[in-house]
Amino acid sequence: METGHHHERSSSGPNGKAEKLPAAKLHAAGYLIALILAVLITGLWRLQVLNAESFRSLAEANRIRKVPILAPRGRLFDREGRLLVDNYPSVSCYLLREQVKDLDADLPLIAQGLHISVDQIHATLRHYEIAPKYQPIPLKQDITPDEQAFIAAHRDELPELETLDEQRRLYPRDGFAAHLIGYVGEVSEQMLDDPRYAFYSPGDVVGRSGVEETYDALLRGVDGSRDVIVNSHGKELGHLGQELAIPGKDLKLTIDLDIQRAAEKALEGKTGAIVAMDPHTGEILAMASRPTFDPNQFSVRLTKNYWNEILNNPDHPLLNKTIQAQLAPGSTFKIIMSFAGLQEGVAQTMHVQCNGGGTFYGQFHACDHAHGIVTINNAIPWSCDTFYYTLADRLGIDTIAKYATSLGISQKTGIDLPDEVAGTMPSTAWKLKTQHERWYPSEAISVGIGQGAVTVTPIQLARALSGIASGGVLRRPHVVFTDEVPPEMLQAIHETFPGSGDQTVPLATENWEIITDAMAQATTPGPFNTAFASHLEGIDFIGKTGTAQVMSHAALARSGGGMRTRPNSWFVGMAPRRNPDIVVAVLWENGDWGSNSAKLGAQIINAFVTKQRKHENNIRIATASEPAKPATAATNPPPTAAPSTE
Amino acid sequence: MPRLSSYRDFDWVLLGFVLLLSVISVLEIKSATLHTKFHGFDHKQIEFLAVGLVLMFIISLIDYHVLIDIIPWAVGISLISLVVVKLVGTKVLGARRWINLGHGVHFQPSEWVKLVLILAVARYFWGLSGRELTWPDIGKAFALVGIPMALVLIQPDLGTALTYFPILVMGLFLGGIRIKQVALILLALALVGGIAWKSGKRLKPYQQARINAFINPDSDPKGSGYQIRQSLIAVGSGGIWGKGTNRGTQTQGDFLPIPYTDFIFAAFCEEHGFVGAIGVLLLYFLILMRLIQNAQTASDLPGSFIIMGVVAVIIFQIAVNVGMVVGLMPVTGIPLPLLSYGGSSVLFTFLALGIVMNIRMSRFVN
Repeated sequence: METGHHHERSSSGPNGKAEKLPAAKLHAAGYLIALILAVLITGLWRLQVLNAESFRSLAEANRIRKVPILAPRGRLFDREGRLLVDNYPSVSCYLLREQVKDLDADLPLIAQGLHISVDQIHATLRHYEIAPKYQPIPLKQDITPDEQAFIAAHRDELPELETLDEQRRLYPRDGFAAHLIGYVGEVSEQMLDDPRYAFYSPGDVVGRSGVEETYDALLRGVDGSRDVIVNSHGKELGHLGQELAIPGKDLKLTIDLDIQRAAEKALEGKTGAIVAMDPHTGEILAMASRPTFDPNQFSVRLTKNYWNEILNNPDHPLLNKTIQAQLAPGSTFKIIMSFAGLQEGVAQTMHVQCNGGGTFYGQFHACDHAHGIVTINNAIPWSCDTFYYTLADRLGIDTIAKYATSLGISQKTGIDLPDEVAGTMPSTAWKLKTQHERWYPSEAISVGIGQGAVTVTPIQLARALSGIASGGVLRRPHVVFTDEVPPEMLQAIHETFPGSGDQTVPLATENWEIITDAMAQATTPGPFNTAFASHLEGIDFIGKTGTAQVMSHAALARSGGGMRTRPNSWFVGMAPRRNPDIVVAVLWENGDWGSNSAKLGAQIINAFVTKQRKHENNIRIATASEPAKPATAATNPPPTAAPSTE
Repeated sequence: MPRLSSYRDFDWVLLGFVLLLSVISVLEIKSATLHTKFHGFDHKQIEFLAVGLVLMFIISLIDYHVLIDIIPWAVGISLISLVVVKLVGTKVLGARRWINLGHGVHFQPSEWVKLVLILAVARYFWGLSGRELTWPDIGKAFALVGIPMALVLIQPDLGTALTYFPILVMGLFLGGIRIKQVALILLALALVGGIAWKSGKRLKPYQQARINAFINPDSDPKGSGYQIRQSLIAVGSGGIWGKGTNRGTQTQGDFLPIPYTDFIFAAFCEEHGFVGAIGVLLLYFLILMRLIQNAQTASDLPGSFIIMGVVAVIIFQIAVNVGMVVGLMPVTGIPLPLLSYGGSSVLFTFLALGIVMNIRMSRFVN
């Protein structure tokens, strides 16, 4: 060491120079210290005095987390108050992206604990990339108790994971009424662009189909929230206040569970659709479509397999065929033809000689039988094609189109369900517009039997034919009782789903009687009567079958037959014959003869009538048990069910 | 020969200020560890303070000239201990800074070296007094501080290594370095710094990250930038009057990192506001001024040098630590003397104060 030579404790330095430090230097040091402290105080001033407010709110944002309290969705009941759709408590796992230091490092552990793949998490993260960072994003829904325990046990390592109690939809099993009820799912990006969904944010659960979609605003309720005090690990230290959720409104559907059950059962193993309606009001009593899907699979994140299964099914399980299948109506259209012909004063006087077909414009058009002389009264029950070829030729396409359109063909009915389709009614104007071609009178011939370009939906057919049976009064079909819905919302729904709605068309009483009587004859035993196989003893049951070819005779010959080449089988049935209480439209795709569908339709009508009779018997028995009138109950024979006999 | 020092000349005022800060320290450590697994550190701090006080009184009885006489030995031992700690020290967070002495006692040589360097620098410049500093003089001074500094730097412990630097600066300043020499040194440092910056990899990744985070705190929310952000939020949200003891949400909610050591001032600012912060800084000011006064009245040059060395270390640590807490300085991991929790820091401070006391008590000797 250089300085090792100092041992004397003298008051003078080794070189005998100054023994004191210059005061100026010590003062300078003092000033420097003061300056440093002043700078630090300036820093404190800037933070604590000038910007205290903004830092205070940052501190609050740090410690207070808004935890949503999800509103339970309104339940769905049938018309008699029987529960259709319920909720069940469920726990979901959310990811708090603000809480995470190195997400990629945590991913393998998260994936393992939640039993999902790292790729899946990446996909979720990408999906929510645009969402604000503070918003928790759902990693996995409906997690198991094991997975909940995993999250609780890893609070310190994985502070970014959070669980949230939710209510999840519990739908009927096996796709029962699935198309009618619909399902819920996360709001899609497309929907978020739609002004109707302006107040939704990504991750919100919304109705994506059926009643769930149409009445989402009523069903969803209003989410509440809880202000929770947390530490930096997301652990709850306490809570400040809360805003309770307002539960969604329970809705009563017009569906009758018993009729629905009959419809579902009738369609088992088939492809097609059944819709039943009260023609007086337009209330839908049953609505079933096949193949169906399981909405429960949609309310949790869909598995890829299930989605592929649905996508690859050629019969489109997601399609609600009662309002979305637009197919040639076949002979059911003859009721509309009869209505047009009678109202025009043409059909009453027609006597057509049926020799198993007829030649029009140089081309032979076949009929199933040689019916002989046919009038309007047996043309309907026999479904004589020759008669309707002739009637179509007499009326011309534009007259047919006028009457058909007045009954709602080629227009949506305005049912309160999303994605209804309109069907087609050809006319000269229609052909000019769509094909830029002139209409040839010969083309009207096949329209007369519901072939050619005319297509309808089962709901249209039910509404039109029951409208005729109701003396020209047509109703807007609906699945939710209108008094369940606030007027302004009802108005909005009518605007969202425009259609022919409530209408009255002129129908002369005698014409009304001709058509309904003829339709009644169709279901009674007799030669040529097309629907006699569906005859219901003791029930005033009327109907019309339809057998609509799915391809031309030539194409059929080439294809060599097979399931998909078989004609579509239609049936529209009602009871009682005039001012019916129920109408049912049945579509059985590739179901061959219309009489097959008629049997299905008869099952529905039977279920309805049987139920009504039981109901009335119950009332009568209740009356009978009253001691005041024992004699009356005993002497009067039990009245047969009101709708059955006329 | 027996020395005529007396406790009449003991600086009771200075001790009073120091104890006042120590009380504040204990209370804030208690508050900051209330809901954590470090609960009870306030009691340990009291123990450290008690040991520190005892050592202070003992050291104050030893003539500081004796310490100066044996300092070459101490320097040698220091260098050896720094090498030893690098070789066999306990590894904490990737750095070897501690020697395990058994029974849960850990010794951090770098803290003790600080004191040795203050004495060594005092002795060195005392030997040079009365003549102008030559370039070799300056070079040797740099070596005297630079070698232990380099050894601490490779532990790696940038923060403590940096605290050696003000000892050198103060020594050179009081030792009579000329403006021209300062300018040349600064130029050279700038050049070296520039080259180091260019070659980049000189700093550990976490040090690079800290500097980067200082430049852009939003880039790494949970890294070093997160610490600074949370510190700024804690300090700022304290406002003028603070949120009250045990009521700092940043401190109690564990948002503020290590609120009982490096970020204790942020915790204090949150709970006691601008007014409390000014009070603490005022106490530091009074302590430092009192020390400078003692340096002025010291009976000889080494006494003054020692005290000013202590002053240099304390003000440097205040500047860097408080500067970090209020966002004016990068995160370096330097504790705040007298406020931060930690035995080594407390012992350094009180040992240094013991020497200062002895210098003061010796002032009227002769």
